Amino acid sequence: MRHGVARFVTGFLALPVGLYLFYVVWPFLQAAGYSLTDWGGYSDRQQFVGLENYLRLFSDELIRKAFWHNVFFLITVPLFTIALALFLAFLLNVGGREDKAGIRGVFGSGLYKVIFFFPQVLSLVVIAVMWQQIYRADGQGLINGMLMKIGLVSEDDPITFMYDPEPFLGVPAVLWWLLLIAVWSGAGFYMVLFSAAMQSIPKDVYEAAILDGAGRFHTFFRITLPLLRDTVSVAWVYLGFIALDMYALVFVMTPSQGGPNHASEIFASVLNFTAFQKGQFGYACAMGVALAIFTILLAALQLRITRRERIEY
Amino acid sequence: MSTVTHTPGGLAGPDQTPPPTRTPAPRAAVGGGAGARFFNGFSHLFLAVWAIMVVYPLLWVVMSALKTDSEVIRKPLSLIPEQLQWNNFARAWTEGQIGSFFLNTVLVLTGSVFLTMLLGSMAAYVLARYDFPGNRLIYYMFLSGLTLPIYLAAVPLFKGVYNTGVVLPFLGPNSHIMLILVYVAWSLSFTVFFMHSFFHTLPNAIAEAGMVDGASHSRLFFSVMLPMAKPGLISIGIFNVLGQWNQWYLPTLLMQSVAGEPKNQVISQGLIELSVNQGYRSDWSGLFAGVTMAMLPVLIVYIVFQRQVQSGLTAGVGK
Repeated sequence: MRHGVARFVTGFLALPVGLYLFYVVWPFLQAAGYSLTDWGGYSDRQQFVGLENYLRLFSDELIRKAFWHNVFFLITVPLFTIALALFLAFLLNVGGREDKAGIRGVFGSGLYKVIFFFPQVLSLVVIAVMWQQIYRADGQGLINGMLMKIGLVSEDDPITFMYDPEPFLGVPAVLWWLLLIAVWSGAGFYMVLFSAAMQSIPKDVYEAAILDGAGRFHTFFRITLPLLRDTVSVAWVYLGFIALDMYALVFVMTPSQGGPNHASEIFASVLNFTAFQKGQFGYACAMGVALAIFTILLAALQLRITRRERIEY
Repeated sequence: MSTVTHTPGGLAGPDQTPPPTRTPAPRAAVGGGAGARFFNGFSHLFLAVWAIMVVYPLLWVVMSALKTDSEVIRKPLSLIPEQLQWNNFARAWTEGQIGSFFLNTVLVLTGSVFLTMLLGSMAAYVLARYDFPGNRLIYYMFLSGLTLPIYLAAVPLFKGVYNTGVVLPFLGPNSHIMLILVYVAWSLSFTVFFMHSFFHTLPNAIAEAGMVDGASHSRLFFSVMLPMAKPGLISIGIFNVLGQWNQWYLPTLLMQSVAGEPKNQVISQGLIELSVNQGYRSDWSGLFAGVTMAMLPVLIVYIVFQRQVQSGLTAGVGK
């Protein structure tokens, strides 16, 4: 019998573990190894250089820029997406009439939920290519075209969107435009998530609050929001990962994948540029390892901050 | 008993209601009927505006796909084409190669989603329900893949695939089978993580009853445990279909032509190149048609199965 179990376990694990080791773990380990060399990627010549690549990261102007852009997305993407999603979920669930049964969701909330979820099922690439056309820097673009029609933007001076490196609040305008797309595509999903969480809060909690004379704002801020804490913090962690992964948008939409003039560089775009355009594989791997360490620290930090006792009901 | 829910001022109208010293402002504003009606109206307005912001760009893309090129330039904003240009779709399908992108994507996804589900649940099942040395180690090895950025592995992964291709061409760059295996490997982390928690909660009694009846371990898995995990399988299945359909980085990295043969591009990868090429050719209507064809099938499937898709994807986050 024991023998049968061992064979069964090995048989079931062999393929998945084998594939995972070969296509995921092994490349990661190799990357860690290459990060200690000056390998160029195209020749077989590589020399051990120790931590030189890592030291170089700290003095690299481009990396510093990309790092701050990553931090910008890391803060703004979750912040704006969650705020908007919570607001939409609030309107959807509390915006309806008050009657005997308490406060209701708005009429047609099912339809709204279906529509708001649309961007979630579209691929980032489709979204990027679509927004490329919306953001066109001439009258043919959706936004510029509209603003020209109502006379807010003159034909000779359109909004340049992806070609605008000018800082706004200290951050290049192009990043703000990218942020808008991220929020546009993410808000609906998290609204549905928050809505579901709101609906799983038992009715009698609300009934008690209403009996005590709480209005809908009070109910929302004093009861719903605190009870949503868990869901919101999970959403924050997920959005954090998404924010680190804005590369699809940068890759498709910005001039020379990180431009104009490096105004929209993020870690991933610098890494790809270094590896495949400049041919400095060793150095690119060091960037990757740094990014991985950063990600893991961040995940650990977020889990630590958001950990709290669960409320059971 | 609806009056119980209102502050007394509700009947008199919100303006001259309760002593401001005691009642906070928001309560006064919404407690009454007029306030509630105003709030209801505001909710509808805001929700409708956001709904338009979501739908309008999509509609604009679809409608632009039915215009002529000159119309796209002359009247970029109009949502009603002068004459429906269905041939844009034909052009994007053949010249723009959307047709072959679709074929490649379907070929790859059929294999990769099936294998991901099968291998993922097999690994998750064994890790969740059997105790053996190294169990934790393997589980954490799968978990660690969730936090590591894919870009880090890019360079060695490409090199590994390239070297394998020298010996075994069907596992080299630009091969469907290679892409299937890579997709599976990269999807295992989350699939194992998700299904692990599912198998963990299945009752022991049923497994024991199966064993008593003389079922082998693998038979127990395929005919008893796997069917019991069906809700989880649907969730993670939807998640993987969407995730792999949307994958663009791995194909861009790995589906590269090596010896000059045509690239076997998948849809996301192809669309990126289409957007560049059609831009050079100023074939805007063709580009819009391509985007439309890439997004409509997913949207339609979503609208039909919206309940399952929504709960499937949100369950993925909740775990």
